[in-house]
Amino acid sequence: MSAEGVKTEEEKAAEARRGPGSRAGQRHGPMAGVGVPAEKSQNFVPSAKRLLGLLRPERTKLYAVLALAVASVALNAVGPKILGRATDLIFAGVIGKSVGGQVPAGTTAEQLAQGLRARGQDQLADMVAKMDHLVPGQGIDFGAVGQVLLWVLAIYVVASLLSWAMGWILTGAVNRTIFTLRRDVEDKLNRLPLPYFDNQPRGELLSRVTNDIDNVAQSMQQTLSQMLNSLLTVVAMVAMMIYISPLLALIALVTIPITMFVTAAIGKRSQKHFIQQWKSTGELNSIVEETFTGHQLVKVFGRQDEVRGAFKAKNDDLFNAGFGAQFISGIIMPTMMFIGNLNYVIVAVVGGLRVANGSMSLGDVQAFIQYSRQFTQPLTQVASMANLLQSGVASAERVFEVLDAPEQEPEAASPVRLEDPHGRVEFEDVSFSYSPDKPLIEHLDLTVEPGQTVAIVGPTGAGKTTLVNLIMRFYELNGGRITLDGVDITDLSRHDLRSEIGMVLQDTWLFGGTIRENIAYGNPDATDEQVLEAAQATYVDRFVHSLPDGYDTKLDAEGGNISAGEKQLITIARAFLSDPALLILDEATSSVDTRTELLVQQAMSALRQDRTSFVIAHRLSTIRDADVILVMRDGSIVEQGSHEELLARDGAYAELYKAQFRGAAVDVDTGEAPAPEMATAGS
Amino acid sequence: MLIRILREYLRPYRGLIVLLVLLQLVGTIASLYLPSLNGRIIDQGVALGDTGYIMRTGGWMLAISFVQIVATIAATYLGAKAAAGLGRDLRASIFARVGDFSAQEVSRFGAPTLISRNTNDVTQVQTVTFMGAAMMVSAPIMMVGGIIMALREDVGLSWLVAVAVPLLALSVALVIRKMIPQFRLMQESVDWVNRVLREQITGIRVVRAFVREEREEARFAEANTQYTGTALAVGRLMAMVFPIVMLIFNASTVAVLWFGAHRVESGQMQIGELTAFMSYLMQILMSVMMATFMSMMIPRATVSAGRIGEVLDTESTVVEPTAPVALPSTEDAVTLDHVEFTYPGADVPVLQDVSLEALPGRTTAIIGSTGAGKSTLLSLIPRLYDVTGGAVRIGGVDVREAALEDVWDRIGLVPQKPYLFTGTVASNLRYGDANATDEDLWEALRIAQAEDFVRAMPDGLDSPIAQGGTNVSGGQRQRLAIARALVANPEIYLFDDSFSALDLSTDARLRAALRPVTRNATVIVVAQRVSTIVDADQIIVLDDGKVVGTGTHDQLLETCPTYVEIVESQRSAEEAA
Repeated sequence: MSAEGVKTEEEKAAEARRGPGSRAGQRHGPMAGVGVPAEKSQNFVPSAKRLLGLLRPERTKLYAVLALAVASVALNAVGPKILGRATDLIFAGVIGKSVGGQVPAGTTAEQLAQGLRARGQDQLADMVAKMDHLVPGQGIDFGAVGQVLLWVLAIYVVASLLSWAMGWILTGAVNRTIFTLRRDVEDKLNRLPLPYFDNQPRGELLSRVTNDIDNVAQSMQQTLSQMLNSLLTVVAMVAMMIYISPLLALIALVTIPITMFVTAAIGKRSQKHFIQQWKSTGELNSIVEETFTGHQLVKVFGRQDEVRGAFKAKNDDLFNAGFGAQFISGIIMPTMMFIGNLNYVIVAVVGGLRVANGSMSLGDVQAFIQYSRQFTQPLTQVASMANLLQSGVASAERVFEVLDAPEQEPEAASPVRLEDPHGRVEFEDVSFSYSPDKPLIEHLDLTVEPGQTVAIVGPTGAGKTTLVNLIMRFYELNGGRITLDGVDITDLSRHDLRSEIGMVLQDTWLFGGTIRENIAYGNPDATDEQVLEAAQATYVDRFVHSLPDGYDTKLDAEGGNISAGEKQLITIARAFLSDPALLILDEATSSVDTRTELLVQQAMSALRQDRTSFVIAHRLSTIRDADVILVMRDGSIVEQGSHEELLARDGAYAELYKAQFRGAAVDVDTGEAPAPEMATAGS
Repeated sequence: MLIRILREYLRPYRGLIVLLVLLQLVGTIASLYLPSLNGRIIDQGVALGDTGYIMRTGGWMLAISFVQIVATIAATYLGAKAAAGLGRDLRASIFARVGDFSAQEVSRFGAPTLISRNTNDVTQVQTVTFMGAAMMVSAPIMMVGGIIMALREDVGLSWLVAVAVPLLALSVALVIRKMIPQFRLMQESVDWVNRVLREQITGIRVVRAFVREEREEARFAEANTQYTGTALAVGRLMAMVFPIVMLIFNASTVAVLWFGAHRVESGQMQIGELTAFMSYLMQILMSVMMATFMSMMIPRATVSAGRIGEVLDTESTVVEPTAPVALPSTEDAVTLDHVEFTYPGADVPVLQDVSLEALPGRTTAIIGSTGAGKSTLLSLIPRLYDVTGGAVRIGGVDVREAALEDVWDRIGLVPQKPYLFTGTVASNLRYGDANATDEDLWEALRIAQAEDFVRAMPDGLDSPIAQGGTNVSGGQRQRLAIARALVANPEIYLFDDSFSALDLSTDARLRAALRPVTRNATVIVVAQRVSTIVDADQIIVLDDGKVVGTGTHDQLLETCPTYVEIVESQRSAEEAA
């Protein structure tokens, strides 16, 4: 199954808002980081510090990394200088042979220089005078050259080994840190209160725990090693250049501000295009998404021309923005090369002049050219790293926000243990609301005897789901208490409380795994026979047999390969298997066709035997066997009693009942709407 | 596929590309000429003490540098233009192709993958095109040019190129080859970790209700461990690349000096030439390295190109007739004549020998258990799918012989999943009729029982609707979708289980309000609830793809056991009696 198949719409929307750059795995290539619009962090310095703080357990490793980096950069830096000596030796041999060849053997370099000066070749004389290894008449000293080269080779080999070791250790440190961060975030998810999940778009949270952590990992990995290497290299190169020739160093260093300036200027311009590109991409993506998702509507409503027009406009926008972004960011490399070349020419010319007048050796010029070529590249890298770092820190900030969110109420200090609960549930003066300004349930009292089936009916928003969620202790009460067998549920551990309750929820959540695994979720210790038994009791077995892989059929994350009704049957089987003392069914059968529902109901009533059950449904047929029916409206229970009692009372329940069976037909025929009081509270 | 796409979609930019290659050629030659000039500065300037020569040649070098940057920037411009153009054209082609797809092709691919093929995959191809234009064109030129220049400086030393280049290419390629399967594994691990997290967040209530936090933690730990393992392996391989490259570069320099020194000593080479040679070798190695790294992107782009190709090569199964027959202007009866439908690849037909006649001014209801084929039946009428046997007719004309536009013009569809589009309430309602007045919209909302909540919205008709309609409740979405169909004022209404999210009294009122406006229309309703269809003029009972009963509610209660069973399951015992 493809990765994008399991993304929810919300996530995709979050991604589109953020731009595709926030997706993992799109930052390969040498231009990585350049021109990526950095998301601004709120508090860069504290967040960056905290991010670094995550590495604390790896501190010894990091010291080792630092030491190795310094050593390898230093070795790499002295290489060209020593190599320059080899060039000098060769040059001396050349001059010694060509110039010195014209004088008798045994003449010293000094005598040769004097001779040259006497002939008026002052410049050549200066140069010769400065040459250390010049022996007139003698060619290249291969012994000496060989020795120098062997040294250099050894230095380079060691430098590479050190740099490799550094990378190795750093990778370990970073990955262990990210492992811990991920684990902590996942731990945290289990301790966050449910309102935290309700109060923000699901896609947003998902994006934080997936994309943002990926982004932190990537930028940590890349910035740490490259930043370190680049910065050290720049320092080492500059030091070597100053050591060789302060004058040339000064000329070369002038290019630093130029480089910075040019990169910043181009970066700034390309940033605009990149932001535009991200925006256009997002807009285009949502047109594509909508058109493809609402494909049949677009066709049947004859909107294809309009959609095509909108697509074309956005596609052209994206073309312009993408072209601009790619071009302007593509300029950076050639421009840097040009500045490098400029530098090279100046150094070559000035260096050549200085060699000619003897104030510098050819080897040094050669070494210097190498240094000056090598230090522009890390400089650009540092600049592009800055962007990456910023986006990494911004992501880290969003992850920290999750880690810092307030957690659910701590467990009771010494939780009471319920032995073999009977399932007597009591609400005592319970008040609850999701937000302080909108009171929902107020001063609710309710007593449910063990083994009773309670049906809760009422329009959407009446608080039916909330009522059962409170029994699960998904939310904390604002007042009053709920007891199970006389024990306040907050005195029980959540684990114990919830272990006693089986729940079939409105949204049929299944995870990516086989049907068998999904049923066994209700009781991981269940044997295959028990799973089969639960499946048979809830009619899962029937449709499983028609699937090619039977119980081993893999469900994808959204459960797209079986029907909604079948999904619901699996969640019922799951609750069945968990064998709870208390049962909560929330719209449990709304997507099952009515005949299957009948079968499930039979299974359910067997399941409800000796268990206290709460059943929520719009369909009155589902709940007519209930011992007690609660009619809820606006957070309170307006009627309570058995089906017959409530019908006899001819109140709100009777109203609802009529709407379903008699009322519908009658009202349509007469063209009259039914009494509005029940209906206006509807969704 | 990548090559086919490139060949086809770069064709309009042929001129640009020829020019680009020329410019790259100029730029590369210019940058190759620089070391040679530098070598001359050493040999003829420095060694002879000729300052004038040094200055003159220096000036030349500057001029050539300038030529180089101009050429390269121009090439970048053309490359960016060609790549962005390719991306735009490719996106447009895919979009148009998918627009022609029938529901069959869309559901075969799945909307999410079509979306990512139209966006992400195109970006992959576009990026590789741009990078290719920037680097993969110049790398071979650089290599060939560098080799020529190196040969010109000294043939005797050129064997070093023949050793260093393959050595570098081979070792980098070797590491990359080891990395590619790891990358794939890494993507899988990332997906796994994210999938577990996604499931935990979406299923948080289930996890908590069943007290499976520990199990989830263990599941996550497993995924996290694998991910970390893979990331480590990849990271460690990556850590090798830089030191290896550096070592080969540095060792080559050393080798050039050593062997070059001998050539210099024997007088076959000048020392400036040696310096130039060294620069060439570096340039060649650099371009080889770039090309190798670039080639890493090719496998990914190839996969993307393949996915794009699949879409482009898929023909719609629902095709416009070459000589469409006009639908009769007044006759809107929908008839299904011994219809059979089998999903592609399935052995068993979903619908078998289904015949029915839905007349104007009448409501035809279709009921049956899940998987009985109700929605499939409905989607055959607007030709979202084509029948595999029999015929669907509107006003006596086979829908396959009529123009698609003509068919769609007649039909107002309210799908099972009431999808809304980004925009406002009004823009969604005007989907079917762009010229509808605000009064028309309010009228439709009133009938659809949506007036109250739209009025309660802060901006009324102009209230924003998020993509898919996720910012309104399921019931509201359903009512807006119904209103949308009403605004279009079609002759044929298709309601696909459109009342399921409404509570019962709203359902009843909505149907009561619908009746007068649909008085002359052909209405076909798919439903689960008996109460929704009890008053229909005709009820068709589907079971396992076959019609097992046709008639009114009362008739069916007498004649159709399946229907009785359905009714029974929804009625209380004393009601049925």
